[in-house]
Amino acid sequence: MIEIIQLLINGILLGSILALGAVGATMIFGVLRFAHFAHGDFMAIGAYFALTVVTVFNLPVLAALPVAMLLTGGLAILIDQVVYRRIRRVQPVILLIASFATALVLRSFIQMVWGSSNQVYQVGIQLPWRIGPFTLKPDHLLIFAAAAGLVLIVHLFLSRTRMGKAMRAMSDNMDLALVTGIPANRVIMWTWAIGGALAAAAGVFLGMDTRLHPVMGWTLLLPIFAATILGGIGRPYGAILGGLVIGCAMELSTLVIPGAYKPAVAFAIMVATLVFRPQGIIKGNA
Amino acid sequence: MSLMSAEALYAGYGGVDILRNLHLRVEADEIVVIIGPNGAGKSTAMKAMFGLVPIRSGAVSYRGETITNQPAERMVSRGIAYVPQEANVFPSLSVVENLELGAYVLRGPNGPRMERVFEIFPRLKERRHQQAGVMSGGERQMVAMGRALMVEPTLLMLDEPTAGLSPRLIDETFERIRGINQLGIGVLMVEQNARQALAAADRGYVLATGENRYEDTGPALLANPEVAEMFLGG
Repeated sequence: MIEIIQLLINGILLGSILALGAVGATMIFGVLRFAHFAHGDFMAIGAYFALTVVTVFNLPVLAALPVAMLLTGGLAILIDQVVYRRIRRVQPVILLIASFATALVLRSFIQMVWGSSNQVYQVGIQLPWRIGPFTLKPDHLLIFAAAAGLVLIVHLFLSRTRMGKAMRAMSDNMDLALVTGIPANRVIMWTWAIGGALAAAAGVFLGMDTRLHPVMGWTLLLPIFAATILGGIGRPYGAILGGLVIGCAMELSTLVIPGAYKPAVAFAIMVATLVFRPQGIIKGNA
Repeated sequence: MSLMSAEALYAGYGGVDILRNLHLRVEADEIVVIIGPNGAGKSTAMKAMFGLVPIRSGAVSYRGETITNQPAERMVSRGIAYVPQEANVFPSLSVVENLELGAYVLRGPNGPRMERVFEIFPRLKERRHQQAGVMSGGERQMVAMGRALMVEPTLLMLDEPTAGLSPRLIDETFERIRGINQLGIGVLMVEQNARQALAAADRGYVLATGENRYEDTGPALLANPEVAEMFLGG
C-alpha cells in the first residue's frame, strides 16, 4: 500500500509534466491539424534556456522559468513563420514530416550549444523530506505548485479571454471561425506561443526532477501523444487528465513489470484508446 | 445604390466555372431568396459574393464599393454576416461563447448586442450556458443566426436555414427571418423549400447550371407557371 501511494506521488509528478506538454500539443493539433513531432524538443530547448539563465545570472530555477517560457514561445512563433507557415496549405502529413525535421534540427542545435552530456541545474544533493513512510523532495512540491498554477492560467485564458475563446472556436470548426471573422493567423501565433511556453515549463520541471539531456524531450514525446489521444485530440482539459492518467499508469506499472518498459505502458494505453475509444475518455464535446 | 450586388460573376474552384455570368442584387431592407435545382450553383453564388469561392471575373460590390474576392474578415467588419448550411455552430462552446465570437471583429461590450439577440431568440437566453453541440437542430439554427446577428449586420446571408428542420420549425424560421428583416437587416438566402421561401421573400432568383433563369418578386415567381412546373415541383 505504502509503495502504491509513493508511486502515485511520483506518477502525479510525471503526469503534471506530461500534462503541460500535452496541453500544448493538443492545442496545436486542434488549431493546425497535425501532430507536432518537435514538441518534445521544445521541452528540451526550454530546459536548456533555463540552464543558461541559471548559470549566467546565478538565479534559482524558478526565476529562470518565465524567461525560458518566453524564449521558447518566441522560438515556436519563429519556427512557425519560417517553416510551418509556408506549407500550411498542403497536406497535414507534410507538416508532420517538417516537424520531425525541426525536432532533429533543434536537438542538434542543443548538442552544438550546450553539449551532449548530462547536466543539472543545481549541483549537490537535495535531502528529501520524510513524511511518515513517504519521501518527497522539496523540488517536487515546487513542480506540483507551479504546474497547477500554469494549468489554472491556461484554464482562465481559454475560458475568459477573447483570444482563448477564439482558439477553442478554431479548434472546434475552422471554417466557421473564418467566416465569423476570427483572424486565423493571429490565433495560430498565440497557439504556438502558448504551446511553446508550456513545453518549456514541462522541460524545466523535468530537468529539476531528473537531469538535462538533449533527448530528454524526445523520449517523452510518446507519452505526451498518448496523453493527448487519451484525453481526446484537440481538447486541452482532456489532455491534462490524460497526462495525469498516463503518468500514474507508467509509475504504477513498475509494480509488475521492469521500469525500463514504462514508455511501453503509455504506448499500450494509446493503442487501446485508439482502438476502443478514439474520441478520448471525456464524454461530450468538452 | 444596392446594398450588395454581383455583376457578371464567373467563379468556381480550380479553374472550373460553376457560376457563369451571374447577376444578383440585394437592396437594403429586402429579403431575397435564391432557388433552383441541385447543382445550380445557389450556395456557390452566395459563397462567391462573401469571398469564399474565388471569382475569376466580374465584380461584387457593397454599397457601391468593390469588394470582389476579399477575405471573410473584411466582409464581416463591413457588416455582412454569413451562416453556413452545416456545421454552423462551435459545438464545444456554450451558447454565450458562440454569440460572443460572432462579435469578434467589433470592439466594445457584448452585453447590449447579446440582449438584442436574446429578444429575437428568447430560447437562447434560457439555454445560454448549454454547449451548442448537444442542442437540437432547431436550437442550433438559432445559435447560428444569433452568432451572425451579433456583428450587427446590414446584410445577413443564410445558406438553407431550414434544412433538416421539421415543418413546424420551418414556418417558425421563416417568420423569424421576416422579423429580423423588419429590424432593417437585408437578407439573402438560399433555399430548398422554395414555395415557402418565395412566399416570405420580397424578390427571388431562379438559378440553373450557374446562370440566371428568372428574376422577379416572390409572389410573381410563385405565380409563374414555368417556374412552378420546372422548379417548384408542379
